[in-house]
Formats: sequence, C-alpha cells, structure tokens
Amino acid sequence: MKQHIAKLAGLAAALVAAAASAAPPQRWQLNMTPGVTETARTAYEMHMIMLWICVVIGIVVFGAMFVAMFKFRKSKGVVPDTHWTHSTKMEVLWTVVPVLILIVMAVPATRGLMLMTDTSKAELTVKVTGYQWKWRYEIVDYRGQPQSVNFMSSLDFASNKARILGSGIDARTVENYLLNVDKPLVLPTDTKIRFLFTADDVIHAWWVPELGWKQDAIPGFVNEAWTNIEEAGTYRGQCTELCGKDHGFMPIVVEAVPKAEFAQWLVENSKAAPGAAAAVAAQAK
Amino acid sequence: MATHAAEHDHHDHDHKPEGFLDRWLFTTNHKDIGTLYLVFAFIMFCIGGAMSGVIRLELMSPGLQWVHPEFFNQMTTVHALVMIFGGVMPAFVGLANWMIPLQIGAPDMALPRMNNWSFWILPFAFAMLLGTLFMDSGAPAGGWTLYPPLSIQGGSNVAFTIFAIHLMGISSIMGAINIIATILNMRAPKMDLLQMPLFTWSWLITAFLLIAVMPVLAGAVTMLLTDKFFGTSFFSAAGGGDPVMFQHIFWFFGHPEVYIMILPAFGIVSEIIPTFARKPLFGYQAMVYAVASIAFLSFIVWAHHMFTVGMPLGGELYFMYATMLIAVPTGVKVFNWVTTMWRGSMTFETPMLFALAFVILFTIGGFSGLMLAIVPADFQYHDTYFVVAHFHYVLVTGAVFAIIAAVYYWWPKWTGRMYNEKAGQFHFWWSAIFVNLLFFPQHFLGLAGMPRRIPDYNVAFADWNFISSIGAFGMLVTLPMMFFILWQSKRAGVTAAAQSWEGARGLEWTVPSPAPHHTFQTPPDIDSSKLAHGDITDVA
Repeated sequence: MKQHIAKLAGLAAALVAAAASAAPPQRWQLNMTPGVTETARTAYEMHMIMLWICVVIGIVVFGAMFVAMFKFRKSKGVVPDTHWTHSTKMEVLWTVVPVLILIVMAVPATRGLMLMTDTSKAELTVKVTGYQWKWRYEIVDYRGQPQSVNFMSSLDFASNKARILGSGIDARTVENYLLNVDKPLVLPTDTKIRFLFTADDVIHAWWVPELGWKQDAIPGFVNEAWTNIEEAGTYRGQCTELCGKDHGFMPIVVEAVPKAEFAQWLVENSKAAPGAAAAVAAQAK
Repeated sequence: MATHAAEHDHHDHDHKPEGFLDRWLFTTNHKDIGTLYLVFAFIMFCIGGAMSGVIRLELMSPGLQWVHPEFFNQMTTVHALVMIFGGVMPAFVGLANWMIPLQIGAPDMALPRMNNWSFWILPFAFAMLLGTLFMDSGAPAGGWTLYPPLSIQGGSNVAFTIFAIHLMGISSIMGAINIIATILNMRAPKMDLLQMPLFTWSWLITAFLLIAVMPVLAGAVTMLLTDKFFGTSFFSAAGGGDPVMFQHIFWFFGHPEVYIMILPAFGIVSEIIPTFARKPLFGYQAMVYAVASIAFLSFIVWAHHMFTVGMPLGGELYFMYATMLIAVPTGVKVFNWVTTMWRGSMTFETPMLFALAFVILFTIGGFSGLMLAIVPADFQYHDTYFVVAHFHYVLVTGAVFAIIAAVYYWWPKWTGRMYNEKAGQFHFWWSAIFVNLLFFPQHFLGLAGMPRRIPDYNVAFADWNFISSIGAFGMLVTLPMMFFILWQSKRAGVTAAAQSWEGARGLEWTVPSPAPHHTFQTPPDIDSSKLAHGDITDVA
C-alpha cells in the first residue's frame, strides 16, 4: 500500500514539474533547450560556447566599424591617411589568432562528437523505418531478448483533419497540432538505447530535439544512433528531410517512462507469444 | 579598323548597331551583353521573389490557407533554382561582362561571339524550367538539391529540369572560359596581375571554380536522368547503388557553388569601400591571397552539408575542421575592409551603405555558418530554419546587397546619369530593416525546432513566422522601388562625370560616362594614380 502511495506521490510531483517547465517548442522561443540526455546537453553547450564567441567577435568587429563610421567621416573634415595601405604584422596577427580560437572550439567539439557516436553496450535496440509519410517502430531486442513489438505511427486524427487546405478548423484549437501521433514510441528512462534507421522509399530523417540529435533514414541502408533519456516525459519531433508532399505531416512522439512501465508496454504490444516479453517484465520488477 | 581608330576620337566609338535584333539578339559587345544579363537577372529576381511571396504567405499563420503541400514544395524548389541560377549568378556575370574589360583596359571580352551565346542560352533554359509549372506533373518539388530517390519520383519535370540545368551549366562554363581568357591575355600593358582591381581578381578565381564544378553538377544530374529513364541504379540501393553518393557528388559542386556566388561580391565590396573612404584598399595582396585560399578550401569541405547521413567519425571530424578553417581567410577579408575604413574620410552614398551593410550582415551569416560547422551542434541545426537563416544572410544580405551596391556604384558609368541619392538611401534603409525582420527570426525558429521545407507548423512557431512574413512582403516592395529609382534616373537623372565618385580609382573611371559602345580600342597608358586600389606604393 505504502509503495503505491509513494508511486502516486512521485507521479504527481512529476506532473507538477512538467507543467511548470512547459515543454518546447514555446511561443517566441529564442534558443535551443538543453534537453533530457547527455547528448542534448553536449549539443546545447557547444551551441552556447560558439554563440558567445561569435557575439564577442561581433561586438569587437562591428564596434570598430561603428567607431570608424563616426570618427572618420569626410563631414568632420577628416583627411584620409592614403599612405597606410598594408601591414604584414597585422595580417599575421589576424590570421594566427583566429586559428587559435578555432582550436579552442574544436577540442570540446571533437570530444562531444566522439561521445555521440559510441553506440556500444546498448540495452535496448529500436529499429525506425521512414515511410511516405509515417514511421514504423520495431523493438528489436531488450536486455538480450528478441522482441516482437512492431507498429506504425502516423499523424494524429485531429491534426490530420485540421491541416487539410480549407478545412475551416483553426490549427490553434488542436492540441499539439502537427506534433502528435496516433501511437507514440514508448522508451525506458536510464537505459542506453540504440537506434537503427532505414527507410522504405525516399530519404527521411528522425529528430526529437530534446534527445539532442537527428539521423537520416536512407532506403537500402542502416544508420545508427544512441540515446539515454534521463527524465520521464513526452518528447516531440518531426521528420527533417524533405520526403514529398507530407514531409511536414509525419511527426514523432517519444514517451519516456520508468523501466517497469516500459516492460509492461512491451508485453501489451508484443505480437509474438507473450512468454518472452513477460519474462523481461518480470526481470524489470 | 586599326587605321580608323587612329583617325577618330573616342566619341565616334559610340556607334551602336541599328535595329533592335542586331543590337540585342546578335550583339557581341561586352557592355550590351552585360546589360542583357543584368536585365534578365532582375526579371528572375522578380519571379523568384514572387515564389518566396507564396511561401511566406502560406507560412504567415499555422494551418494551410493558400496552397496544397505539393505546390508549396514546387515553390520552395523553383524559388531556389531561379534565385541561384537565374538571379545571383547571371547578375554577377553581367557585372563581369560590363566591368572586366573596362577595368583591365581591354576593348572587349576575348571571345565575343561565345559571349553572346552564353547569355542567350539562359532564357531558353529558364523557359524550360518555368514551363514545368504549367505541366500536369508540376514543377520539380524535391528541393533545389534534387536528392534522389525523391527527385526521381517527379514526373516529366525531372527531364526538363535536368535539361535546363545542363543549359545553365554550359552557359556558365563558356562564360568562365571567356573571363579567364580575357583576363590572362588582354590586360593593358603595365597592368600586372597584382595591379588588377579586386573585382577582376575575384572573377578570375571564380571562373576557375565554375569550370571545375559545373561539369560535376552535369554529371550528377545526368545520373539522375539515366536512373529515371534508362534503367541505371546509381542512386538506388536495390540496384546496388547509393542515394548518399548523389549527395557527395552534388555537394562537391554545391559547396564551391556558394563561393562562386560570394567571391564576386567580395570583389565589389573591395572596390566600393576604398572609393567612399577615399583611401586605398588595405592589404591588397592579403586580400588576393584570401580569395584564392577561400576558393581552394571550398573544394574540400562539401560534406558539411551531409553531417547526418551516417558518415564515419573520422570523416565527420575532418569535414568539421576543414570547414572551420574557411573562417580564417574570410575573417582576414573582413578585418581588411574595416581597416580600409579606419583613418579614411568617409561619405555614405547608397553604394557605400549597401557595402557596409554587407560587411556587417554577411559576417552575421558567417557566424551562423561557423556554428553549423560544429558537428554536435549541427545535429540540432541541420535541416531546420537555422540553416535557412544562415544561407539567406550570406546570399541576400551578402551577395544580393553587393549586387545592388554594384548597380548603384557603376550606374553613372553605364548610363551617364546619377540616380536620386535620397531615393537610393531610402531604398537602402527600407531593405536593411525588412531583410532583418525577414531572416533574423528564422534563427529562433530553427533553434526552437522548426524543420525546413514544411508548409505548416505547430502554433508555437507562429509568432516568429508572422514577423518573418512581414519582412518578406516589405522586401518584395524593394523590387519595384529599385526599378523605379533607376528608371527615373534614366529619364531625368543628373548627368554624371567620367569620374562619377570623388574617391573612385581605376581604368573604368577614365572613360566617359556613359561609356562609349567601344572603349580602349587602343590600350591605355597606365600610371599609378589611375589604378584602382591595387598594390601601389605611392598615391597622388
């Protein structure tokens, strides 16, 4: 009994927290968000480092320009210094210093990229297939056991009705318009998850901003990525490679849940004999 | 001809051919061909602009109000093809045709009849491309980058688009050959390479880029054609091919292509800032070497357009480092422009306003480009509006502002008339405000998660999209605005002097305004006081 109350309290707290820090995208949003994975935080940090360096360089360079525009005007009677035409010293300086700045940027970028490409030792493998214009999700294996979850995930009914040209339905009245699906992908938190991407027809791309990366889904080829979701929640993304007329209408929804809940979802959605999935579910408890 | 030249003074070299067809269809004159290219480019900017108007109209609010998604994709695809191949590139070639012979003291281009054909191919190419809009299968709708398998899903537009691209490529290659032959062979005596104006230098280098990469594009699109119609499977995995190979081949063309579209702009800005600062270009030699370095580096960075295709780690790291390196020579150029301004004596006529806005806004585009080079961050930026913002900053506030600056700058030389300066400055400020309203919010949209090439979006993206669309409509107004300003100038503008700007230097300013139909029939005698801001040690 106490365990159930504790679980409910935890769930309530999570809901309150989720409502307070409302999910992206937000109206008037200016910046990327740090996301819910180490990968997303890496991307965010590299983005912010680059942004600040560029802002500082911009202030210096544009500052010099504005000073020049005010100080060195003909209307002020300034005589141009026509003999000052070159300086090898300055050329060397403003070649070498930028190279050093680039090296400073390249080091964390390299480390970040190496982190993002290491798909080894994953507990769960998910295969994602892009179609015109929906996604197929298959849970390939979980904790060494092959799984048989396999389903299509398409734009939800309400969005699909509203988006028709001349539908008369105001998009603002549809909840999570174009960012909602009929059947989301459920994934466990605190688990290293390996993704395999391919496509059935043309090139698509799978992107959930809060997970921190995107990967192309290419017909006839298999691409890899990994994630480890730290926080439970619902994360929304979209196809990000032009794939035809409904490219903008094949979103992605990931529901990250605690492992026990995920194991339960596996059982409920397995197409094969319930035995294997149930064994894993029992393990999770 | 030679004996006549000795007897007549230069006023007689204004004989233009009688008859409309003789003057315009059969012309071999670099000035008239330059005019043809510029007029064609302006028309194409209007057509491409109309398409962007459709795009921004649909994107003004969430929900689909105006067009079907299929048509929207045709608009985004053809908008880009028209702007790149019909707007920016022909405009720069038009400026090259007009100004290179004048800047180097040559009577015309090396191959005048090939020059005529280089231009006249273009209206046919674009008639074919734009004609697809009226066909059953519609215009191409797979993006200007034509990635297979999607691009091959198109109907008959695939064939017409590919033929049109072949024609445009032939036009560019012939033009490039002409430019190289002219610059290397027909400079006036005493004009060494390292005394040429920066605009001419930038075109010499751009011409080599064109010859190197247009054939690669031709190869790529021909493989698309055979995959669709002749049973090959270059890009189809089922037949043993690879869709990603197309991307590698396309971007091997595509990356140098974007430098083809910006190097002449650098040359223009390097002419204008010294003129209005009344001071020679700072670091002339460094500026030449910077353009050459940028051109060289542009060949070895192509896969930064493909960071999410699944390249191995080593490949991604290499392309990241190489791409970051391009910031160095580009930065050198920006620093030299600023130093040219420093301790100058500046006035701010319209060409200078556009040139200064170029330096600031192109640099902002450069910053977002540097951010895009960082692969871990690019995984979040790729295929979002952050990329759209980046390339529109470098192409619109970059290349197009430089083209506008060049037109205002050389207009008195071409027409013998000044434009109305107040009107020109109004055009500038209007453009500067609306172009930033149009593109700056697109950075935010990309960072917030809005993908590219979508006709509709979640309501969270609505606010910045609305502002961007207001910016777009404001920018569309500038097309008739500029046309009107220039039209008025031709009709009733103040007569211009040969040296139309106080600080202007260079051979083009030694001929009358308007420049006679034939100039430099005999090579000019050059002294350093007449040179453009080239590598001169003493200035009058």
